[in-house]
Amino acid sequence: MIVGEIPQPPGAFGIDAIAMTMRFGDFTALDNVELKVRAGTLHALLGENGAGKSTLVKCIMGYYRATEGQMIVGDREQTIANPKDAHALGLGMVYQHFTLVPAMTVAENLVLARDNVPAVIDWAKEKKDLAAFLSRMPFKVPLGARVADISAGERQKCEILKQLYLKRRFLILDEPTSVLTPGEADEVLGMLRKMVENGGLTILMITHKFREVMAFADEMTILRRGRLAGKGPVRELTPDAMARAMIGAEELTIQPPRSGEAGGVRLELDKLNALDDAGAVAVNDVSLSVRGGEIVGIAGVSGNGQRQLVEVLAGQREAESGEIRVAGEAYRASREEMRRHKMSLLPEEPLKNACVGGMSVADNVAFREFDRAPFAKGGWWLDRAAFRSDAERKISRYKIKTRGPDMPIAALSGGNVQRAVLARELGGDVEVLIAANPCFGLDFAAVAQIHAEIMAARNRGAAVLLVSEDLDELLELSDRLVVMFHGRLVYEAHASEADLTEVGRHMAGH
Amino acid sequence: MTSEVADSVEAAAAAPTGFLGRHGATIEYILIPGAALAGALVVFGIFVALFGKNPLDLYFYMYQGAFGTWFSWQNTLTRAAPLILTALCTALPAQLGMVIIGGEGALLIGALSATSMALAMPSAPPLAVQFAMAAAGMTGGGLWIMLSGGLRQYRGVNETISSLLLVYVALAILNHLVEGPMRDPASLNKPSTREIGAANMIGSIPGTEVHWGLVFGVIAAIACYVLIYHTTFGFAARVAGGNIRAAKIVGLSVGNLILTICFLAGSCAGLAGMVEVAAVQGRTNANLAAGYGFTGILVAFLARQNPLAVIPVAILIGGIGASGGLLQRRLGLPDASVLVLQGIIFVFVLASDALYGRIGFLKGKP
Repeated sequence: MIVGEIPQPPGAFGIDAIAMTMRFGDFTALDNVELKVRAGTLHALLGENGAGKSTLVKCIMGYYRATEGQMIVGDREQTIANPKDAHALGLGMVYQHFTLVPAMTVAENLVLARDNVPAVIDWAKEKKDLAAFLSRMPFKVPLGARVADISAGERQKCEILKQLYLKRRFLILDEPTSVLTPGEADEVLGMLRKMVENGGLTILMITHKFREVMAFADEMTILRRGRLAGKGPVRELTPDAMARAMIGAEELTIQPPRSGEAGGVRLELDKLNALDDAGAVAVNDVSLSVRGGEIVGIAGVSGNGQRQLVEVLAGQREAESGEIRVAGEAYRASREEMRRHKMSLLPEEPLKNACVGGMSVADNVAFREFDRAPFAKGGWWLDRAAFRSDAERKISRYKIKTRGPDMPIAALSGGNVQRAVLARELGGDVEVLIAANPCFGLDFAAVAQIHAEIMAARNRGAAVLLVSEDLDELLELSDRLVVMFHGRLVYEAHASEADLTEVGRHMAGH
Repeated sequence: MTSEVADSVEAAAAAPTGFLGRHGATIEYILIPGAALAGALVVFGIFVALFGKNPLDLYFYMYQGAFGTWFSWQNTLTRAAPLILTALCTALPAQLGMVIIGGEGALLIGALSATSMALAMPSAPPLAVQFAMAAAGMTGGGLWIMLSGGLRQYRGVNETISSLLLVYVALAILNHLVEGPMRDPASLNKPSTREIGAANMIGSIPGTEVHWGLVFGVIAAIACYVLIYHTTFGFAARVAGGNIRAAKIVGLSVGNLILTICFLAGSCAGLAGMVEVAAVQGRTNANLAAGYGFTGILVAFLARQNPLAVIPVAILIGGIGASGGLLQRRLGLPDASVLVLQGIIFVFVLASDALYGRIGFLKGKP
């Protein structure tokens, strides 16, 4: 578009992406998709991982050039060649992950984001302007606080405020609530909803969560495998209908029923202490035992030492003191011990914690076994054919969607990376399983499959330690539930008898 | 590219087709360093033009001096031999994500160890002396770089800095020994150790004047390649180099990997030191600090840390070094001008790193 042509009329505007097709090589990521977002509405864009949601919004924002298709912004056709064009038209995007500079204050972050930052900033004037801007906004953020010091909910509000401060009137939110607690999510979405209703703003929100769609969105568009799978006003659709449109004919893995009795103690933590990266005590005298055939869930708000606890168990962090015993023997997370005790680990953020992005899917699923037959001839010579055939078997057994075993694993979507890790970790016998937020950010098909695999491992007699920030998941899977707060275990109950208000109270530290 | 992939049926049909699609990445690995090299030559041409010389003459004489005659080829290959070995000293730790730039130090220590070994066994048969020298050189160099690896693993010291600083420590040890305890009283102007003896020299490949060090280098490079890409040890190293958290979660002992890789890397550079003593100098003195260790860093980066690619790149860079004499004689350029060219190449190669994955026509059809 030619900047400075005729300014857009003020107020909310809608967009209409018509017949969008996006091909990468011979692969079609989007096939003739239409997305019409009417002015002054909150529109939800639904779809499983890999359905093409991100590709579509990246085309709209000008990060990708759509192979075919037209964009109508407001009532005029526009060519958006790059994100700058999109910004000039008033389109803004809030990403799933934060884009603020942690070491700077909120005010500095807001001013920094402007296109026309002067060489010398008159901070007194900027702060006055910012305060005036904030007084018109429904949410408040502490302008003088460093971003590193504020909570995830406040950061997400800052991200949204940043877009409004930059005078964007069409916001694209990419899973805006994935980093928030349910309470924070409701608050932020409620305020956005109010701003949309007051006019002046249109929102397109990518999400997995039906609850949020039902509560806050006006209309929705559903994508499946790069094609349009459904659209319409929210009030005319039930969650069941949405789920069917999203997953199509694909059947969800059915979770096996809980069966079998808990056996002897398999995993024992004895007065375990560990520090975080900054050297503060993160895990404080944690003692816990998990029996075979039992799932023990650890609940807690993110940042209460769960990550460090899992890292110690995974061998990624040294414990300061205390002892871990597996089947009665001291455990120091060596390869030999992991193998002897048939330990499996499903860490959070599998690409960051359990995979090498640049190595192939076949290599990644072989990390546990590569130094044994059939992968290693004579214990040292790699047999490529064995890697390949094992990977092909696991790809089909665990429904990993990949262009082939030789694709670098970083090219897979999040759900499929987690499936690959699942194939590696649960492909053999399991006696101890440690899982941390295994379903974070994944779609139903992947969640159902992972839950089923965890339950199946338990039923086969594995001791399972499940650390999760999702209370529903914990209550569904756990036999026993403990709450972690400030590095300590502060509450324990049988999951079937756990009192939710009691659990919530302990999570908040009361 | 996209992080989204459709179901396997569609995906199977979506495998990249066409020559560019299938070999795009490989072409990139050749095209980008090639272009960086060409860019560096152009800039060097401008530099030479400032001296009032014709750049076209320059390129002609560089070719002549490096690859134009059988004589210049031999000169080039002789220079390439230690470069292959010192480049491996950088390329091997790079597989673990470490940047080791202290090959020069390992070369010096390797040369000292090899010389000491030869002087310690004056009456042994030459073959035994040569083997012992190689073993001593490799062990000395290996331990030297392993020191950097150990400092990193157990004390958190940055391996790049420590390996670089250890070069100067090695140089100081060498100078101390050749000027003091190990000095041959007969070496008056240039303090040196005693000679290892003509019988113990490793000699040339039959029919050439290129010494056996070239064969050692090629064998070492191939061995490193096989080690990294075809053995379980190399696989573990690539896992740890790619993502140390993933390596830990599958229980790999990262500390052992670091120490072993560092030892092997230092062994290569130490062997280069042994070769320089046993094939060229015949003794240890300050001549050994000729910068092969530092040029090896350039070779490793230009080869994108691939042990096999190190061989042709070392020959290319060896050729540039070999052409220095001719440039001096025919064009009257200062001897150091090839060092200027090496510096320019290094800058271009490092800058060209930003181009990977950004060349439009290699990404397949849009």
